[in-house]
Amino acid sequence: MNAHGFVHRYGDNVDTDVIIPARYLNTASHSELAAHCMEDIDKEFVNKVKSGDIIVAGKNFGCGSSREHAPIAIKASGISCVIAPTFARIFYRNSINIGLAILECPEAAAAIRDGDEVAVDFDTGVITDVTTGQTFQAQPFPPFIQNIIEKGGLLNSLNA
Amino acid sequence: MGMTMTQKILAAHAGLDFVEPGQLIEAKLDLVLGNDITSPVAINEFEKIGADSVFDKSRIALVLDHFTPNKDIKAAEQCRQVRQFASKYDIDNFFDVGRVGIEHALLPEQGIVVPGDCVIGADSHTCTYGALGAFSTGVGSTDMAAGMIAGKTWFKVPSAIRVTLTGKLPPYVSGKDVILHLIGEIGVDGALYQSLEFAGEGVRSLSMDDRLCIANMAIEAGAKNGIFPVDEVTLAYGENRFRREAVVYEADADAVYEREVVINLDTLRPTVAFPHLPENTRTIDEVGEVKIDQAVIGSCTNGRMEDLRMAASILKGRRVADGVRCIIIPGTQQIYLDAIREGLAETFILAGAIFSMPTCGPCLGGHMGVLGKGERAVSTTNRNFVGRMGHIESEIYLASPAVAAASAVTGCLTDPAKLN
Repeated sequence: MNAHGFVHRYGDNVDTDVIIPARYLNTASHSELAAHCMEDIDKEFVNKVKSGDIIVAGKNFGCGSSREHAPIAIKASGISCVIAPTFARIFYRNSINIGLAILECPEAAAAIRDGDEVAVDFDTGVITDVTTGQTFQAQPFPPFIQNIIEKGGLLNSLNA
Repeated sequence: MGMTMTQKILAAHAGLDFVEPGQLIEAKLDLVLGNDITSPVAINEFEKIGADSVFDKSRIALVLDHFTPNKDIKAAEQCRQVRQFASKYDIDNFFDVGRVGIEHALLPEQGIVVPGDCVIGADSHTCTYGALGAFSTGVGSTDMAAGMIAGKTWFKVPSAIRVTLTGKLPPYVSGKDVILHLIGEIGVDGALYQSLEFAGEGVRSLSMDDRLCIANMAIEAGAKNGIFPVDEVTLAYGENRFRREAVVYEADADAVYEREVVINLDTLRPTVAFPHLPENTRTIDEVGEVKIDQAVIGSCTNGRMEDLRMAASILKGRRVADGVRCIIIPGTQQIYLDAIREGLAETFILAGAIFSMPTCGPCLGGHMGVLGKGERAVSTTNRNFVGRMGHIESEIYLASPAVAAASAVTGCLTDPAKLN
């Protein structure tokens, strides 16, 4: 399992209110949520994001509200992986549960720049900044987590 | 090596004698909670895998509190979906408009959560019930769906921070100031993945409303949960209220904490969190002149009876300043009724405030007080993130009901003790 794409970079403490503002929580439609993803922190995100792209951010990504709509919006907008030094715990759990790959890697999060081309190998946990040639080592997902992400989420994985 | 309160409750619900930080366990759940925003996503997941029953209809709570009374057609459709689900599975604790209150004010008031419980809720402020000596944590909708089906979930046992409280709160200083001060000290990720274990002789002087407010904002420090010891205040609160038997857990004397934070309540000052993070705290003496357009008093953090009484004591015989909208929202129907019977409602209306039915509404920029461009609010709610209450160029200053009410009177952030 791999991810490969261009990086959208954000700072520390990105909260779930800016990932998907509550004014759009009157729907659970994945495509409607994706249409407003990151709207209150980066209005241009939805116009520039391409399928496979990667978000790299600072510490405590996904803090605040438990809304699962946040990882759903990120995943439905085409993002293949989020890399940060730390994640808020509810966001971390929700991301795995809905099948969004996320990796904790302080070194990668510090070094990778906005717009870099990045490849991630989930089997080994190796993150490669293709633009700069640097590589970073994150903790690889154990097989059962990889299975959840490949099946598109916890309940899908139970169903299959 | 001993265990903390949190570790003991998790061990008991996992059928184990001992657990340690980092251990992965499967625990039985006493209650699974969802609201009108998170439940629809959970119900979609529940139905997607073809589930046709819930683990226990008496141990699920569905609370339509966020966008109710329905703010628009889409919100109405989400409530309709939850209503149909509650009816189909005959959910005992289903709360619709007329009975509904803000979930974390409502469930303790109704005795639905009791000391010793293990609770998950698809709402980040589910950590509120730690005030009762329960383990209680926020999760997402998928975990809620799995919890409703199986009645159990997995947890990683958290390590702990001990928050030792000494002394007694001075006048006009409340639980809100305690938790804002703590978040200011340790930061919005200061307790990430950890439990906040409140302890020390200062706990005794805190009312249940103060404790509920403090535990409520544990998540704002990144904590998995916040928890208080069970004492005579807890048990008095639970009399003729708790619907199940309380189970009292105490931390072992040799429980292990990663660190200790000491807060002397005697010297605590009214505290305000400036935009745009709850950790940006200043005492009221350091705020300078900050003009406000709106004051909101309510929410799962500060919509309880003591909060309304404090606001009324400040607003009585005074007027909300020209150019300020003061919005006061009780946490539950019972609090609403009590406020009317005590004359608080009259005080609010005569002061030029509005006093509405219970709803989460303005806290998350839903309805009932959304902010426009450049507007500033002092608010007793729990988050001051960019755009949380409305326009991305609006600002939120988090404070206690006393500070919010005093600020409504003067039109700028104000120390309630200095109001003449």
